[in-house]
Amino acid sequence: MENLKILLVDDEEEFVTTLAERLELRGLQARVALNGEAALKMIEADTPEIVILDVMMPGIGGFEVLRRIKAQHPQLPVILLTGRGSEKEGVKGMQLGAFDYLMKPLNIEELIKKMQEAIESHP
Amino acid sequence: MNFKNLWTGLTKSLLHESGHEASNRYRILRRNIFILMILITIIPLIIMAVIYQHEYHSSIKQEIVIPLQTLTAKTKHTFELFFEERLSVIRFIASSYSFEKLSDQKTMNRIFNVLLNEYCCLVDLGLINNKGIQLSYAGPYNFLGKDYSEQKWFQEVVVKGTYISNVFMGYRKFPHVAVAVLRRTEDGSSYILRATIDTSKFDDIIASMGLNPESDAFLISRSGIIQTSSRFYGEIMDHCPLSFPQGNYEAIVTDAIDPRGREILVACAPFSSAEYALVLVKPKSDVLHTWHTLRSRMLFVFISSVALIILVVFKLTDTLVKRVKEADEKRELTYREFQHTHKLSSIGRLAAGVAHEINNPMAIINEKAGLMKDLVAYDENFQKKEKFLGLIDSILKSVERCRAITHRLLGFARRMEVQLVELDLNELIQETLGFLEKEALYRNVELVLNLTDNLPRISSDRGQMQQVFLNIINNALAAVEDEGEIVITSWEEDSDTVGVSIRDTGCGMSEETLKSIFDPFFSTKQENGTGLGLAITYGIVKKMGGDIKVKSKQGEGSTFTVYLPKKTKIGPGE
Repeated sequence: MENLKILLVDDEEEFVTTLAERLELRGLQARVALNGEAALKMIEADTPEIVILDVMMPGIGGFEVLRRIKAQHPQLPVILLTGRGSEKEGVKGMQLGAFDYLMKPLNIEELIKKMQEAIESHP
Repeated sequence: MNFKNLWTGLTKSLLHESGHEASNRYRILRRNIFILMILITIIPLIIMAVIYQHEYHSSIKQEIVIPLQTLTAKTKHTFELFFEERLSVIRFIASSYSFEKLSDQKTMNRIFNVLLNEYCCLVDLGLINNKGIQLSYAGPYNFLGKDYSEQKWFQEVVVKGTYISNVFMGYRKFPHVAVAVLRRTEDGSSYILRATIDTSKFDDIIASMGLNPESDAFLISRSGIIQTSSRFYGEIMDHCPLSFPQGNYEAIVTDAIDPRGREILVACAPFSSAEYALVLVKPKSDVLHTWHTLRSRMLFVFISSVALIILVVFKLTDTLVKRVKEADEKRELTYREFQHTHKLSSIGRLAAGVAHEINNPMAIINEKAGLMKDLVAYDENFQKKEKFLGLIDSILKSVERCRAITHRLLGFARRMEVQLVELDLNELIQETLGFLEKEALYRNVELVLNLTDNLPRISSDRGQMQQVFLNIINNALAAVEDEGEIVITSWEEDSDTVGVSIRDTGCGMSEETLKSIFDPFFSTKQENGTGLGLAITYGIVKKMGGDIKVKSKQGEGSTFTVYLPKKTKIGPGE
């Protein structure tokens, strides 16, 4: 888990930068993308080990980003974040290949635990 | 109660059934339907029965009257023939013998004897000169030399040439009739031949009519004196107690009541050659027997049909009103359920919006507080570390509580989520109108449906579509005056879209109002509106990938046009 390369994708800058800082405090390498296009570019340039992806985003939506990531990197684990609290969205995401989904507001311990599970299941 | 009142009552009772007033309305409805149905079934029956009775009565009367008339006329002719025969014999004798010969008593006796053998009923025969003196006489009495010049019959025969007397009682108290003929000779003098006939032959003629014991027939004189024996109305020479018109030549049949109180039919045929009339009397009970049987049967049928009609109508009305009541109750219930769902879904929408909007800042607070906690926890030298960690934990706990709340709200809203089904918009509009028809009917607002046949089915959410049209039509109803008009039109806009427009002849809207009608919490209905109806409508239509447009002119009315895609792709909504 040490030095795990994480990509955080969310349009809510305040949220995502703070989250990145907290993860770095825990010794993880978190980078931030504020929209789907930026995220996809960053994945192409330097593929992370795990992606944390918000579903609701302007421009290319979360599901579309997920679909493209899975097309290029089927082995890259993706954990979805949803603000709507909808199981339906989560289930749809998992059908598209997401490892799991979490609801906002996040519990950081829960997020780290999920990432651990994801890494372990994607050797 | 006139029919208009009845009808108004009937329609009114279909409307407005609030609380205990409802049972009263159904009672009135039941009563009105009952009365109406009874009237329209029984009135024709009564009219028919009356007409039938009248027709049948007159036809039966004709059937009785005509044979009566015929019989009377025929018998009268027999009598006239009888008299004519006697007269012609006497006329023949008068013309075939000279005055001198007839004056001779011997010749008179010989003629009388011959006549007695050939013709029955002859009583006597005599010759009277123009001074009224009996010159010769053959018969049982001795009338020779008798002067008739002062008697009425003598005057009459001199004037008329022939004479038939009324019946009189002779010397032997036996009824007789006298017939006399005037003969003028070539030299201008005249004489009279007179015969007396007994009336036993009259009874034979009457007996030949074959009357039953309840009937009667007799001759009367023009002055109403009975001339032949009568069963019920007196002896010969009595005055006839019946009164009836005698007429001139024809036999006339009239209704009368006789002295014994019987209802009778009287046929009267006056003679042309003599001062007689033949009277035939038949009791009505006798002839109208069949009529009475038929009438009582008809009455029985009539009463039993009326009873049956009342029974059936009562049962029918009962069932009908029960059905109406059930249907009303069902509709009321559906509407209430619908309104409830509508309310819930409005709240759900609001909740989802609020929860979603709050979730984002809440996530930021959560992360910021989390970072603070991390920084404090990692800093060994931080003063009041415990105090700060406690404060941050309580922030995080509050965030956790908010999260629970927003998730509950979102969970509630999710139950109101869209369910796409194939639906027929025309059908859906008509269904939705079912909720509002009552108000429209009561306010006399005309709902005109201009729906295109074979409108393609669209995939959409039934409940939400109902809400869309209910909101718009409800607003239209609120905008129109009583007796206004709302026109609903549907059409296929293009290969992907169908359109529905709702046009009202209401008050219309100002430019300013028009700009904000889809804004939440904007309402012109003051206290009555939540200001959410059109906002929600707009939200739903947009979410279904459709569009909604409004045209309005103040004082002329508004037109709402909704465009819906045939295949709905759920958009982000509001």
